[in-house]
Amino acid sequence: MSNDIKIRKGLDIKLKGEAEKLVSDAPRSKTFAIKPTDFHGVTPKVIVKEGESVKAGDIIFYSKYSEKVKFASPVSGTLKEVKRGAKRKILEVIIEADSADTYKEFGKKDVGAMSAEEVKQHLLESGCWPFIKQRPYDIVANPDDAPKAIFISALATAPLAADVEFLLGKRKDEFQLGIDAISKLTSGKTHLSVDKSSASFFNEVKGVQLHKVSGPHPAGNVGVQIHHIDPVNSGERVWVINPEDVAIIGSLFKTGKLDLTRTVAVGGTEAPKAQYFRFKIGSNVKDVVGQLPANVRIISGDVLTGDKVANAGYVGYYHNTITLIPEGNDYRMFGWLPFKDNNIPSMSRTSFSWLFPNKRYKVNTNLNGEERALVVTGEMEKVMPMDIYPMQLLKECMASNIEKMENLGIYEVAPEDFALVDYVNTSKLEAQAIIREALDVMIKEVG
Amino acid sequence: MDALRKKLDQLKKPFNKGEKWEKYAPAINAFDTFLYVPNHTTKEGAHIRDAVDLKRTMITVVLALLPALFYGIYNAGFQYYSQLGEAFTFWDAFAHGAWKVLPMVAVSYAVGLGIEFIFAIYRGHEVNEGYLVTGLLIPMIMPVDIPLWMVAVSVAFAVLIGKEAFGGTGMNILNPALTARAFAFFAYPTYMSGNKVWVSEATNVDAISGETILGTLAAGKEVAYNSWSMFSGSIPGSIAETSTLWIVVGAAILILTGVGSWRIMAGGLVGAAFMGFLFNLWSANELMAFPWHQQLIVGGFAFGLVFMATDPVSAAQTLKGKWIYGIFIGIFSIMIRVFNPAYPEGVMLAILLMNVFAPTIDHYVIQSSIKRRKKRLSTATVKSA
Repeated sequence: MSNDIKIRKGLDIKLKGEAEKLVSDAPRSKTFAIKPTDFHGVTPKVIVKEGESVKAGDIIFYSKYSEKVKFASPVSGTLKEVKRGAKRKILEVIIEADSADTYKEFGKKDVGAMSAEEVKQHLLESGCWPFIKQRPYDIVANPDDAPKAIFISALATAPLAADVEFLLGKRKDEFQLGIDAISKLTSGKTHLSVDKSSASFFNEVKGVQLHKVSGPHPAGNVGVQIHHIDPVNSGERVWVINPEDVAIIGSLFKTGKLDLTRTVAVGGTEAPKAQYFRFKIGSNVKDVVGQLPANVRIISGDVLTGDKVANAGYVGYYHNTITLIPEGNDYRMFGWLPFKDNNIPSMSRTSFSWLFPNKRYKVNTNLNGEERALVVTGEMEKVMPMDIYPMQLLKECMASNIEKMENLGIYEVAPEDFALVDYVNTSKLEAQAIIREALDVMIKEVG
Repeated sequence: MDALRKKLDQLKKPFNKGEKWEKYAPAINAFDTFLYVPNHTTKEGAHIRDAVDLKRTMITVVLALLPALFYGIYNAGFQYYSQLGEAFTFWDAFAHGAWKVLPMVAVSYAVGLGIEFIFAIYRGHEVNEGYLVTGLLIPMIMPVDIPLWMVAVSVAFAVLIGKEAFGGTGMNILNPALTARAFAFFAYPTYMSGNKVWVSEATNVDAISGETILGTLAAGKEVAYNSWSMFSGSIPGSIAETSTLWIVVGAAILILTGVGSWRIMAGGLVGAAFMGFLFNLWSANELMAFPWHQQLIVGGFAFGLVFMATDPVSAAQTLKGKWIYGIFIGIFSIMIRVFNPAYPEGVMLAILLMNVFAPTIDHYVIQSSIKRRKKRLSTATVKSA
C-alpha cells in the first residue's frame, strides 16, 4: 500500500557534471575528522586525550548538555588533534588513522527480540544516535523524547544530489534490519518516501508506510514530505534519518561492528572524476577528489545546502554528495541587463534560460547581484510547496517574533526547505541563515 | 574591457574599507555596479544564485515604460501643433515634446537620486535601484506644463516623506510616484487640474485649450473623441497616460517577464469594468452613462493599474491578496470618477487608498493559513489526550 504525494511548486535546477553511476573505493585518508559543527547545537566534551589510540566505533566525544548522545570514531588510530576556533570552540576532532581498521566489538544482536529501550541503548552506546535528527529545529534528536512518527526520504531532488537508490544498491537486508530497529523507537508509524517511478527494493521494505513522491525539488526534502503526510504541530516531535544511515544501523546489528562507510556522489563541472566514491565518514577531501586548483568551490553536500570546505578539510558527517564548481569571483560587464548572459540559469523570465527547462548549466558561485531590500513579492511562494508564507515567515524570523513565527509554521520548516528561496530571491537574502537563527531562538525560548 | 576594469579598481581604491573615503563607497559603487555585476560570491546559504537581481528587475520596468514615454513625448507635440492648427511633421511634434518632457525627467532623476545617494551614505547601505522606476514615473504622470521646480519639490516630498521616513526602499506604505503626484495635486491645484493645463503652452497661447475627456464628462458635456483616439492616445492628458495602446505593450512586457503582477492588472480590469457597467445601468448623468469599455481606456486608469498598482512594495503581497487589491482599485477608480466632481480622475486616489489597505488584506489572507494550523493543532491535542 502506498500513498501518492504530488508536489507542484518548486524548481529543478539542472547542472552539468552529474556523477557517473560507477562506484570506486577512494584512497584511504591519513587523517579523519569528526566536526562537532556538523551537529548543530551540540557542545562536545572530548573524552579521548591527544595521542591516545581508538578503535573504529570507540566514543570520542559526547554532547555536554545531553550526555547520552555520543559520537564514535569512524576509524581506528590515534587522536591527533582537537582543533579549536574562536572562543576555544571545537571545530574538528582529528584522528590519525591506522592503515587498516580494528573494530570495537558490539556483538551481533537479534533485533526482533530487543525491546525499544534496548534498541535505543544500543544506538546510543555505539555512537549511532547522531544519525537520528528531530523536527522541529533540525537538530540531533533528544533520546528522552517520544516521537509521533519517523520519516525517511529515499529520494533526492537537489541539484547533482546522490541517487539514494543507486548508492544503497544491494543493501536491502541491512536496510530492512535498520528499519526493524528504528521503527521500535516510535509508537507511531515509520514513513518511507520513494520516487514515484522507483522499482528498487524500497517498494518491498516491511514495517513502513510507503509514500510515492513526484514533482520538482524540494519534493525530496523530508520536511516537505512530513508537511504533506503528518505535519508537526506545536509541542510535537518527529524524527528523521537518512536511508544510508538506516543501512549502517542495520549492519551494526548484523555484524556487531560500526562500519561508517558512505557512498558519496562527487559531481560538478570541476570534478576530475564525476562518479561515486566509497569511503569512511570524516575522510579528508583531498584524498577523495585530489588536489584542486585554488579557484574551485568545494562543497560538502549539494550546491543549495552544502558547506564550503577547504581542499585540506574534511567531508561533512551527513553528506553523501560532494560538489565542485568554479568560484564566480569575476566581473560581468552590463550583466544586469535583462536577457543578457543567458548561460546563467534563472527561474525569472528576465532571462531566456526559462525557455529551456531541460538544458544543463555550468554554474559558479557569483551572487549575480548585490543584496537589496525585499521588494519583489511572489517569487518565494513559487518554490515553497507547503502551506507556509515564506516571505512573511522570514520577516517575523528577522524580528524574532515568537508567537507570529509559531502561527506561520516555524515548527514545520528546516533551513534546507528555504534553500531554493536563497537561490531564487531577487534581493539575495540569506533565507537559510535566517531560518537557522530563528530555530535557535525557538529552542532557547520554547524548547 | 580588462583595462577599464583595472582603471575602475584603481579609481575605487580610496573608497575601499579602511581608506579615507570609505563612507562614500555606496555612491561610487552605484556607478560601478552599473558597468559591471560585481565579483561578490556566496558566503552563507545556497552556493549558487539565480541570474536575476533588483537591478535587472527595475530595468525591465523601465523598458516597459519606454513605449508609453515615447508616445507621450510625441503626443505633447501633437496636441500643441494640432490645436494651433499649424502643419507639422512627426519629428516636429517629437522635438517639441522632448523639449518639454526631458528636462522634467532630468530634474526628477537629479533630485530623487541625489536624496537616495545621501541616504545611502548616511545609512551605510547600497543605493537601491527602485528610484530608476519612480524617477521616470513621476514626470510621466504630470501635466506637460508643470514648472520644473514643482517637479523637484514633489520628488523631494515623495522620496523623503513617502519613502525614507518609513525606512527606505521596501518599507514604504504608499507608492512614491503617486505620493509625488498627490502632493503636487493638492499643493498646486491650478497647475494640476482644469482645462488649461493638459496641452503644452495652453496657459500662454489663447488658441490652445484642451480639456481631458473626464473633465468634459464631469462638466456634463459631449465627448468629441472616438474610441480609437482614446485607445491610441491622441487626446489631452498627463504626459504618458493617454495611450492605452502603448500601455498595453508595457503591460505585456511586465507580464511576460513576470516582473509585474498579472493578478493585480486582471483584478483591476474586472473591478473597473464591473463598476462601469453598474453605472451604465444607472445612467443618471454623462459620467455614469459613459460606456464601461471606454471607462477603461480614458484617463490615467490603464497607466495607474499597469505601472503603479503593481508596485510590489506598496501592493498586497499574497497571491489571493493581489486579486482583492486589484479588484478594489478598479471599483474605487470608477467610483471616485463618477461620484466626486472635484477629482475627475479616480485612479490615483484609489491606488493610494488601497496601498493603505494592502497590509490589512494580506493579514486576512494569511489568517486563513494560521487558522488551518491552529485547527490542526486542536484536533491533534484531542487525539493524544
